[in-house]
Amino acid sequence: MEPIEAGVFYTQTVGFLAAMIVFTAFVMLAQGKLITLINSFALQGFLLALITVVVAKVLGYRHLYISAGMTLVLKGMMIPWLLRYLVVRMGLHRHVDPAERPVHLMLIGASLVVFSYYVTLPIVRLSMLETRNILAVSMATIFLGMLLMISRRLAVTHVVGFMVIENGLFFSAVVSTYGMPMVVELGIAFDVLVAAVLFGVFFFQIRESIDSLDVDKLNRLREEQE
Amino acid sequence: MTWLLNILEPLLFIAAAPLFAGWIKWLKCLAQNRKPPMPWQPYRDLAKLFRKETLVAEQASWIFYTAPYIIFSVAVLAATVVPFVSVDMPTAEIADVIVLVGFFALARFFQALAGMDIGTAFGGMGSSREMTIASFAEPAFLMAVFTLAVSASTTNLSAAIEYHLAHPHLIHPSYVFAALALMLVAIAESGRIPVDNPATHLELTMIHEAMILEYSGRYLALIEWAAQIRLMIYGVLLANVFCPWGIAQDTGLSELAVGVVAIAVKLAILNMVLVASETVLAKMRLFRVAQYLGFAYFLGTLGMLIHIVVEVGT
Amino acid sequence: MIAVYLILLVPIIGMGVLGLYGHRHRAGRTNVEFNACALAATIVLAWIVLDRGPILSGDKLFYIDAFNVYLIGLTALVGLTTAIFSGPYMENERLHGRLNNRRLRLYYAMYQGFMLAMYLVLTTNNMGLLWVAMEGATLATVLLVSLYRTPEAVEAAWKYFILCGVGIALALFGTILLYFAAEHINGMGADGLTWSVLYERGAELDPTVAKIAFVFLLVGYGTKIGLVPMHSWLPDAHSEGPTPMSAILSGLLLNDALYAVVRSKMIIDRAVGTQQAGLLMMCFGMVSFLVAVLLLHRQRDIKRLFSYSSIEHMGTMTFAFGVGGGLATFAALLHMTVHSLTKSAIFVTVGHAAQIAKTQRIDNIRGLINTQPMVGWGLLIGTLAIAGFPPFGVFVSEFLVLVATMETYPWLTLPLLLGIGIAFAGLFRHLHPMVYGTAPEGQKPVEANMAPVFLHLLIVLWLGLSIPGVLSNWFGEATRLISGERLL
Repeated sequence: MEPIEAGVFYTQTVGFLAAMIVFTAFVMLAQGKLITLINSFALQGFLLALITVVVAKVLGYRHLYISAGMTLVLKGMMIPWLLRYLVVRMGLHRHVDPAERPVHLMLIGASLVVFSYYVTLPIVRLSMLETRNILAVSMATIFLGMLLMISRRLAVTHVVGFMVIENGLFFSAVVSTYGMPMVVELGIAFDVLVAAVLFGVFFFQIRESIDSLDVDKLNRLREEQE
Repeated sequence: MTWLLNILEPLLFIAAAPLFAGWIKWLKCLAQNRKPPMPWQPYRDLAKLFRKETLVAEQASWIFYTAPYIIFSVAVLAATVVPFVSVDMPTAEIADVIVLVGFFALARFFQALAGMDIGTAFGGMGSSREMTIASFAEPAFLMAVFTLAVSASTTNLSAAIEYHLAHPHLIHPSYVFAALALMLVAIAESGRIPVDNPATHLELTMIHEAMILEYSGRYLALIEWAAQIRLMIYGVLLANVFCPWGIAQDTGLSELAVGVVAIAVKLAILNMVLVASETVLAKMRLFRVAQYLGFAYFLGTLGMLIHIVVEVGT
Repeated sequence: MIAVYLILLVPIIGMGVLGLYGHRHRAGRTNVEFNACALAATIVLAWIVLDRGPILSGDKLFYIDAFNVYLIGLTALVGLTTAIFSGPYMENERLHGRLNNRRLRLYYAMYQGFMLAMYLVLTTNNMGLLWVAMEGATLATVLLVSLYRTPEAVEAAWKYFILCGVGIALALFGTILLYFAAEHINGMGADGLTWSVLYERGAELDPTVAKIAFVFLLVGYGTKIGLVPMHSWLPDAHSEGPTPMSAILSGLLLNDALYAVVRSKMIIDRAVGTQQAGLLMMCFGMVSFLVAVLLLHRQRDIKRLFSYSSIEHMGTMTFAFGVGGGLATFAALLHMTVHSLTKSAIFVTVGHAAQIAKTQRIDNIRGLINTQPMVGWGLLIGTLAIAGFPPFGVFVSEFLVLVATMETYPWLTLPLLLGIGIAFAGLFRHLHPMVYGTAPEGQKPVEANMAPVFLHLLIVLWLGLSIPGVLSNWFGEATRLISGERLL
């Protein structure tokens, strides 16, 4: 066996982790059980931190270690923990928020991957980075997060979808530009944290007002007919 | 030399197939705290069936008589396509993986016809279920295999394995998906839990067993044996295509010995995975099988997409 | 430079102080004082910029030129006048038991938080920070929308949160793409998100990536502008939140989101070298304008009515910026100013009207001019101004937009003219009974401070009659920056 070159190892590992990230997004798309959903989200955050560490290690970008740490703490631990706590506290931990027509959903998800590939094709041609192809995967993750939000009814799932979008954004920043400048990175992390807390507040407000977390029941505000 | 080997290898394959099946049963019993039959029990069963008198229903047509032979010989042919101990098999180079799928389809076709031939309710039901599952499983199988084929630029199994061995450092993310998809398909196609339960003859749930309910004696022996070969083909396919390390690349004696040990170890690992999943999972409702195989198909598609998106051009 | 830091520091302190003491009786006045301080700092800043040209802070984190300094001034002014209005208004709400001390503290703290986010959006030179501040503005206002905790308010807030959150995520993706494109220019280093550097070297950006980035930026920030079809949060959030918040959302947030789009467009135009970005903006602007105009007729809630009018005007501005060229850009800048002044004045008046009638339903608001003439007149004049009647400023800016369109895309003037006519009819059929109808029994006037309303309307009137030299120079400079054409 020939020795593994660092460059090839890097590309392959990052590619593999990227595939796993998009796979976790699909798992969330198919998964109805809230706790499993949150766990897959935590796994995704963990993978994201891992991919950041790999990029930081191989390419020697010091500041990415900080980003990786923040991702791990924020998206791998804190937000999943918060969501789990809220779900258990609201007695929803055995609750299932099923996707209607899961097969269709999967096919739509797969076509979103194709679509993002198509969109990023001209971008990818420009770049000489080894990870340039993964931009399509990260964009697909963003779209899959949106699909997750559209296809479900429960506020908790919407929040997970929102956070998957955030993951996709961070992911795309890591693979396309090796992270954003530190100020921006900190700002985004702060925004995400505040958003997570506000979502928690909203769970209680929504439940207080409609006695459930089914967002489909939030339908009082419509264009009224004359 | 290679041709000699090429004859010997499928023979070994066919001979080992009952042992593989028995081994699974043995391990499963152990895992579930039951007293296991010896791993070579299937050989005794087969021998007993061959000795026994063969009874055939009055209404049986020629299909019923010939089907077991066709099924068995197709299984043997299929075994020649899959590289077992060494890569360098002339027959494996002639036929590619699509032929393999064709073989499976042919065997299934005759099995289903034979199941309906007598006209009992169970036979027809089993055939219909088998075809339903097959219509979902085949695309998933092909999709998984295509993922493989695209990255190795060949549909030939030997060539694909050789390509892999030549590029040992490639961790293909797409392979993870393809392997998972293939595993799901293999479970469905070889009639294991959670799709079918090989250990039961409960009327309403059985699929494969329902089709062969009318067979006895040597016919039954041939069909059972063919089923064991098929199970082993899936096992070897998973083992050799996704982790080809250790397979013999030329015909040296030591290489072959390593090859035999390697495949045995790989099958043992697969065996454990299978036993674990069968012990943990319960059989699912028939109507959920479509979803299950849909998931397999989806995994195959995802593997293909990931391959195109991530791997091409890097 | 100190003025910039001061502008940012004042709301930070304000947030802390009002977060602790926001329930005190004096809180309303304290809020006004903080906003007055910010306005004073803004005036100093504007004077410096007008005197010496654009300033760039040492670390390239802040950049002030004619374009954003005028928006900062506008923000500070509207922030101050709305604060003047909000003091008695919130006190009244507390007396009616709709608010408790905790929510009042939250309200004042978030008011300052929102102002901080707006100032940061306007002053920053970093496209990433711009995004962070824009998201921060959402986060600051989302709890204000649900302040009353009614099911409708919670629903509106949730919609606002989710839609703007997702929308703005797309803008971040666009920002990342922009950074990605910038990293391929030699010697960019860490300046890949710095607006002033990007603008200088815009021509070196890869046009394809820039185009894709702009689509994401436009859709993302467009959600906040309230462009159709991402507009559905806007009427809900405006109608269910407290009225001062509707005023600052309409008067400031929408403007600043548009500011972000225009800033992006300035870079992209250099990279692409064609009108494509402008065409895209024209499309979105025109669709928003027409849809909002038609929906005006179907509204039964007074705040929803005027929020659709906001969508209509934001559509017009987006369209005008899209048309590009000196005249259209000048018109768009003027329209931004007069719309935000008029609309915040209208929302303040509407707030009083709703308190008088104790409802927001148009059918139940009657005879304002008899019950409380000042409110009635305010609503009447405000609506006249916003509908584009001469001699108000909105008339001038809309006229200029029409002229600019006539010069470049003549056939598009027809839908514009038609739309303005329909909007006019839509506003007045609702307005007339509200102002002149017979007042229901027992309707009593409320304590109202109409000074800010008339101040705004006076400025709008003045801008309609003659634009003072300082301001026209200022607009001219901003126009030159954005469109590259010297108008005056």
